[in-house]
Amino acid sequence: MSESAAGNPLAAPPVHRASPALRHQFEELQQQYDASNFGMWVFLATEIMFFGGLFTAYIIYRSMYYSGFVAGSHGLEGGFGAAMTFILLASSFTMVMSVHAAREGKRAMLIVLLLLTIFLGIAFLGIKFTEYGHKWHEQMVPGLNFNPSVEELRGAPASAVELFMCFYFFMTGLHALHMIIGIGLLSVMTILAWRGKIRRDNYDRIEVSGLYWHFVDIIWIYLFPLLYLIGGRYK
Amino acid sequence: MSQQSPLVRTYTLVFVALLMLAALTTGIAYIDLGPFNTIVALAIAFIKMCLVGLFFMELLYTHGLTRIVVLAGFFWLALMVSFTLADAFSRSWISPPGP
Repeated sequence: MSESAAGNPLAAPPVHRASPALRHQFEELQQQYDASNFGMWVFLATEIMFFGGLFTAYIIYRSMYYSGFVAGSHGLEGGFGAAMTFILLASSFTMVMSVHAAREGKRAMLIVLLLLTIFLGIAFLGIKFTEYGHKWHEQMVPGLNFNPSVEELRGAPASAVELFMCFYFFMTGLHALHMIIGIGLLSVMTILAWRGKIRRDNYDRIEVSGLYWHFVDIIWIYLFPLLYLIGGRYK
Repeated sequence: MSQQSPLVRTYTLVFVALLMLAALTTGIAYIDLGPFNTIVALAIAFIKMCLVGLFFMELLYTHGLTRIVVLAGFFWLALMVSFTLADAFSRSWISPPGP
């Protein structure tokens, strides 16, 4: 992999072979870095399939019960969806900047940026759960509290709207679970950085956490138009 | 950021582009484009995914092995979606003999 490292702005910084960060199964730090990076990407490939099942089911049922999906989508608050999109994009930016700070060995900046990313993640979840609360009050929670008014159904069959709400809660719920795991991961990284355990020769753990965070962001990039913007919102 | 790294500049530009695309996708949803509303929204989402993947997840700089893993992930997803859709949408083509 040495030829790919040449001229690569992201190549691991040159350090002594006897670096304490080098685990015994690896020959050199670049190899160790490549291995952890590759491992996270393989995990993310399985995550594509994990979310992919829900997306596949969504495509089929959306085509079968389109009117219910439009009605359910128009019942969601677009402002919430847009706000969460902006917040998550901003958190991806602070995440990539914290990876950069770790790569440059700037500890204080790394801690500040990680805390900012965690804060934005919590803000996202705050809006998400506020929205869940609204859905509960509107009696739009399938199985537990589903009793929509006539205007909420917008002429669509109640069962079709209920199906859309099922997809809404499962897809955003699974995404929110990933956000919670991501916040936990970044909290651990913040503690490690605070204790001075993140150095230029082992910043790959920040890099790998960042890959996970960006993946969760990408899922939301698709969830926003697929759940909030079905058939446009101009009616 | 006293000494500006070229990467910081790239990250900032990508972030601004992502925010503009997010605003665009929200704005376009309020304009009646018929069936193109969905197509445009998904196209913008795809561009956003590419921006995040190439720059923030550094696919632009990593070596071929990582890119193969990403392509494999999407290849299996394409298999799952296409085979499932082929089944779901072709079921009504034949009617099984009834009693």
